Amino acid sequence: MCHQSVGLIAGVLEKAGIPTVSLSLLLRVTKKVRPPRSLSVPFPFGYPLGKPNDAKLQHQIIRAALNLLESPEELPILRDFEPA
Amino acid sequence: MDGFVPTMARLEDLKLTHRLFVEAYPFRTSDWAPGARLEKPLSQSKLALISSAGLHLPDQPPFDLEIRGGDVSFRELPGTLDVRDLRISQRSSDFDQTGAREDSNLVFPLDRFRELAERGGIAELNHRHFSFMGSITAPGKLLSDSAPRVAEMLCEDRVEAVFLAPA
Repeated sequence: MCHQSVGLIAGVLEKAGIPTVSLSLLLRVTKKVRPPRSLSVPFPFGYPLGKPNDAKLQHQIIRAALNLLESPEELPILRDFEPA
Repeated sequence: MDGFVPTMARLEDLKLTHRLFVEAYPFRTSDWAPGARLEKPLSQSKLALISSAGLHLPDQPPFDLEIRGGDVSFRELPGTLDVRDLRISQRSSDFDQTGAREDSNLVFPLDRFRELAERGGIAELNHRHFSFMGSITAPGKLLSDSAPRVAEMLCEDRVEAVFLAPA
């Protein structure tokens, strides 16, 4: 249910004029909720930023997510994260 | 990746009862059209973080795990906090808290965003961030009350983009 909550909160922020990007661990639910920008990450529940104490991987995920914020593409944008 | 084998979360990872629930649940579609856009490059923008992992500080009340439909309240997390102080109250038994207890950046990457701000990747981080407990099955009040209140505060703070992470 986390994915619905995150997607709905993102929608409220967008309506208030604030652009958002969210991570997704469960593509099937994210496809139903359809947040404006979402980066699908290949990690288990509880691990959206990949791995504890792995700053390099966490930065890669954040960078990939922030790239969606800067993208001029039409919304919604749903992208897969590909670990380096 | 130091031998760490990432495994994608799958619906099959959920307990059977939860899986059946998720398969039958009428998920709401996020209502955001036409969508907001960055007005400036990220390097000139102020960001805030939102987590749905049920995070709170020791002096804040935990989320209520008993409320039917889910606790739609939020906790304001000061930007000066030490991520090692964060606690988790979360109803979802599907959320494996082992990693987040070892490193809260796994669900709320505040240290990483601080490093990003130091490097100039973003202009600054807001002085406050927000935490929800994401396992909400009845999101009416989330949509009508708590999320709009958070949006209002972030607008007051002139936050220019928000990064959200589920758990």
